[in-house]
Amino acid sequence: MPRIFCSIVHNAGVPDDSAFELAAAARKIDPASSPTAILTGWGANLDAACNALGAFYPETWKIANQALAYPNAELVRQALLRVLPGNSIVLVAHEHFGIDLAPGLSIKLNSAFVSDVLDVVGVEGASLNLVRQEFGGQVSAHVLCDITAGAVVTIRPGAFKAGQPAQADRLVVDKSNETGTLTARRRYLETVAPEAGDVDITKHNILVSIGRGIQEKDNVVIAQELADALGAAVSCSRPVVDAKWMEKSRQVGSSGKTVKPKVYLACGISGAFQHLAGIKGSPFLIAINKNPKAPIFQVADVGIVDDILEFLPALTEKVRELQHVA
Amino acid sequence: MEILVCAKRVPDTSENEIQLVATGNDIERDELVYSINEADNYAVEEALQIVARVGGNVTVATVGGEEDEEILRREMAMGANRGALITDDAFNGSDGRGIATILKAFVQQGHYDLILTGVQAEDGGAQIGGMLAALLDYPFASLVNSIEVLDGGKLKVSREIEGGNKEMNEIDLPCVLSIQTGINEPRYVGMRGIRQVASVPIPTFAASDLGIGVNTIGEAAAKVKRLNYFIPASGRGAEILRGTREQNIDQVLQLVAAKGGLR
Amino acid sequence: MLLVRVEDMGDIQSAAQISSWLATGRVLFLTIHLLGVAGFAYIVARRLRPLFRGERDFRFDRPWLRLAKVLKFWLGQWKHPRYKLAGTLHIFIFAGFILLAIRAFTVLIVGVSENFVMPGFSGRVGPLYGAVTDYAATIVFVCMVIAVIRRLVFRPARYAVPARYGKGHPADAIFLLSLIAVLMLADSLFAAVRAAAQLHSGQPVEVLAALSLPWMMQKVLVSNSVAGLGRLYFGAYLVHELTFYFLLCYRPFGIQFHVETSLFNIYFAKLDREILKPVRWGVDDEHLDQVKSFGVKTFEDFTWKHMLDFYSCADCGRCSDNCPANAVGRPLSPRFLTIKARDYSFQHYPVLGRAIDGIALIGNQASRSIYSEDEIWSCTTCGACEQECPLLLEYIDKIVDLRRGMVDDGKVPQSLQKPLKALESRGNPYGKMEKKKGDWANTKEFQATCQVQTLGKGKRADTLYFVDSITSYDDRMQAIGRATARILNHVGESFGILGGAEKDSGHEARRFGEETLFLALRDHNVAAIQACGARRIVTADPHAYNALKHDYKNVPPVEHISQVIAREVKTGRIKFRPLDDVSRVHTYHDPCYLGRHNQIYDAPRDVLDAIPGLRRVEMTRSGDRSFCCGGGGLMLFYEPKEECRMGVTRVQMAAKAGADVIVTACPFCMVNIEDGIKVAGLEGKMTAIDLTELVDQQIARACPDSKAARPEETKQWEMASSDKVG
Repeated sequence: MPRIFCSIVHNAGVPDDSAFELAAAARKIDPASSPTAILTGWGANLDAACNALGAFYPETWKIANQALAYPNAELVRQALLRVLPGNSIVLVAHEHFGIDLAPGLSIKLNSAFVSDVLDVVGVEGASLNLVRQEFGGQVSAHVLCDITAGAVVTIRPGAFKAGQPAQADRLVVDKSNETGTLTARRRYLETVAPEAGDVDITKHNILVSIGRGIQEKDNVVIAQELADALGAAVSCSRPVVDAKWMEKSRQVGSSGKTVKPKVYLACGISGAFQHLAGIKGSPFLIAINKNPKAPIFQVADVGIVDDILEFLPALTEKVRELQHVA
Repeated sequence: MEILVCAKRVPDTSENEIQLVATGNDIERDELVYSINEADNYAVEEALQIVARVGGNVTVATVGGEEDEEILRREMAMGANRGALITDDAFNGSDGRGIATILKAFVQQGHYDLILTGVQAEDGGAQIGGMLAALLDYPFASLVNSIEVLDGGKLKVSREIEGGNKEMNEIDLPCVLSIQTGINEPRYVGMRGIRQVASVPIPTFAASDLGIGVNTIGEAAAKVKRLNYFIPASGRGAEILRGTREQNIDQVLQLVAAKGGLR
Repeated sequence: MLLVRVEDMGDIQSAAQISSWLATGRVLFLTIHLLGVAGFAYIVARRLRPLFRGERDFRFDRPWLRLAKVLKFWLGQWKHPRYKLAGTLHIFIFAGFILLAIRAFTVLIVGVSENFVMPGFSGRVGPLYGAVTDYAATIVFVCMVIAVIRRLVFRPARYAVPARYGKGHPADAIFLLSLIAVLMLADSLFAAVRAAAQLHSGQPVEVLAALSLPWMMQKVLVSNSVAGLGRLYFGAYLVHELTFYFLLCYRPFGIQFHVETSLFNIYFAKLDREILKPVRWGVDDEHLDQVKSFGVKTFEDFTWKHMLDFYSCADCGRCSDNCPANAVGRPLSPRFLTIKARDYSFQHYPVLGRAIDGIALIGNQASRSIYSEDEIWSCTTCGACEQECPLLLEYIDKIVDLRRGMVDDGKVPQSLQKPLKALESRGNPYGKMEKKKGDWANTKEFQATCQVQTLGKGKRADTLYFVDSITSYDDRMQAIGRATARILNHVGESFGILGGAEKDSGHEARRFGEETLFLALRDHNVAAIQACGARRIVTADPHAYNALKHDYKNVPPVEHISQVIAREVKTGRIKFRPLDDVSRVHTYHDPCYLGRHNQIYDAPRDVLDAIPGLRRVEMTRSGDRSFCCGGGGLMLFYEPKEECRMGVTRVQMAAKAGADVIVTACPFCMVNIEDGIKVAGLEGKMTAIDLTELVDQQIARACPDSKAARPEETKQWEMASSDKVG
């Protein structure tokens, strides 16, 4: 069974939540051994991140290099190639950095590559049986991945629940000297933040979130009225931003904001994982959608099959009624 | 600038209901309508806009069979100068790495400054761009949502990262970029446009034309194979409220209040 | 004043001497004549230049029909009274001009040939004509004064020029009106002086019409000295001649050009209003591939007749005043579509200077382009503009042509690309599967009351019910399909549907400029219709009706369901039971493609009036002045920039008329009106119902429990009724 490494993304000294999910995925692949975390970076932040991983990873490999102060996938890949043992299995979170890093890494490692994995069925001979989705989540597929030469697998954030932390040896191995000089023909310049919108959706306890089902810009007001009545904010999924019905600052998802409300109303949202990836902290998720087969109903706590264009105004009406009485 | 866009023909998710065949090996394909993968279409539009600014040509290529030619024609109707159908029975069953290997051979028999793909296909793994770049040893950037051509054989690209932030990078040519949807507003192509390019020849390329060793591609060389499709058992899922609309509203409001919602 | 009696006079002056007052100016007058006529001819020739570069337009057929239209719309000023005050003024002015034509001509010639008399106007005709034209000149003068006051003081809103369309030319309008007044004054003065001089000389006086302008002037002038009269005579003549020629040469530089072009514009006006202009005249559908560029992209792509339209616009603003898109703040104003094009042609084809051609008309960076993309996509093709225009200007063809040009260049808004693509791949703009097209008829409850067969494969029927996309696929509109089917059933019609073999009629695809897609849909449907063997077609969708009637060839005759119902009410096969709730006030909203485009106004109203207990009122804007609901087909997908929705405005009109039920006969109207009710905050106070639903509900059927057989629709209707506040 190849050794399993988890490539960890961290920011300001704090590892991303996905770090612990990767550990859980690794244990499902090989229950008999523990995965090794592998991090790149520079300075005190890197050290802090390494230390924070101890509860889930008995061994953490640290690669410190000034060139890696900002995670540039081209450079990180070089560093990993020089440090990783052959035929390893490398797990990476399927988000913007993983998408950048993993496919090229698999080529250079000469390993198999499977992306956006939701579940591990198990090892079958020289292969790994994994589950992923296709067609916007309408169907799932079992995929067999030959791990003779190792594999690079990206794991969907949130698909695996972080397990229990273990009291184990915590070892941080410094592999910084093995990388050699790192050069790349892609250079990081800066990060540009979007223009601040008037509403910060990350600060609200209740979010009325709309998707394509709102159908047109003029209907957004229906959601706004409900939000006003509830003291909530309106957020949305990506298609609503692409159609220019709401500002980017309202988008919840992997390429939008991460929110941690207490209650999340998903209205006319199909439930694509990129959107769900932006919802953290397990809020109470109420889904309203005309399509009873919408994937959102898989992950919601409570579901209502109804037309949001009729349901939301009726809901708003009732909220106002209750407030007048109260 | 010579730009190559690698495209894929996929079932259109918004115009199809995906269902499985009885045996579960595949989805029902009889009544599907296909089109070019949405992100690839954005990539072609971006390529066209770049050559409109700096001059050059746009080639659109796909690995597939005769039925895939229609997307090449559509993109040529959009304005691409050349289409290329890379087809050979030996390619069947290739995994992502296999497809990237085929594309690498195609790239090397031409001369391209910039290679674009869509970030991901409907039935794909968001892998081709990154793999192709690694095989060619070209720099790569994924999730690109803006491209600016700089002097001296460089591009300034932004990548879409979390929180709506844009990660600005400078990248040397030749390079590979995977393009995110929403980067531009693709122009419309109608039936008339396609008719006008209906008789333009689209060259085909087989394994032998590209010098691809058959042991590197195809089913035999694939390290990743799809076993079957399935619809997962519902599992927990949501508790669907089955009352009248008014009853549902009442219940929703109770739950919202209980979970720390209402003022 | 024409008749100059040459008689021997004793006294100080003689008639001949009066005319000899002009003799000294003969050379001058002749020169002015020549310059004026030459100038005018040159200007008109220059103005005709772009027309020779424009696309061809076949307008020389059916001359008798065209002449009849000239009599009705040009001579008869048929459309003018739609705006009472301005219309009346214009009728007087126009009549005055026509009447004065011969008088003016005679006066002009008199300066050069002093004894000139128009052939046929000696004898009794002359003085009679003289009197009539005395009044005519007076009335024209008075009308000019009223017009100037109207423009200066009252400033009707439709003349205003919003900032984004440029500057208005109010001073110019007033200047021209004033000049015409001057012309009338000069003419009257000329006649008055002559009469005064004749009095002086003791000759028989030309009788001036009592209380006319010349008559009044003559009363004042009679005290003048002869020499003074002589000078006035010369002066009046000169002013008359100069003003006349100035106006003649100045008119082609502005909206007054319509004085000359209106006759031609109306003669060449489109005879077959409901047939859209083909992509290119003379090129039939099979040979369209030979056309290199579709649509209008540059000014020269317009046909010569469309260019003539631009010249003929009188800038009256009636079109924009009735345009629903304009009313809700969309960037479209039909008046300015024309005026901007006219200004463009004046600028690029100047009377003096070189022509500049080939500039793109549409662009979003409006450097030299005159239209914006949104402006052209905003039109719902409702036809209100064409209905109003007194000069019969054509708008829909131009908009469709401009859209064809944008489609050809790929400039289609993203919101429209998806439904167009779905139309191409699935035959409907929703992207739904073909095999589900007939599912609306297969619900269990419905099948218990009515069986709808799908034609083909051995199943035949006399009548084809063409359902079209929205009624087939939209959850709400399927109720219209079911109601229609039940009505056909009730009257014993043998009918069926095409089911999955039916594709979208393509009506909007064509009007949005996607001609190729339209032709593909049409050809498919025509084949399916012919194969099914039906002898007539019925539809409840006015857009499908319009397409089948006018856009399609070689298909059986088509009727709208309202016509069928109206007929069967008369035969007695449909009898209505009284309305349950007689307190409700209904109003009928005329769908654009049933009413204005196809003149079916009465049938739906007759049906409603046949329902006992139904109270009905008319909105102010009804009939051919109906206000578009917002548009159908692809327009439902477009996201316009507007201040208010058309549907909301229409619902407010209904409320103002005192109605609380809007009845319509088009599924797209239903979408927009129900939406409008919600957005206007009138839910519970106003409901909308389709004619077929209402009829289906009210038909007196043999089975008493037939009402229970339609639970879902009835529930909707009843729920809506019970939501009524108060």
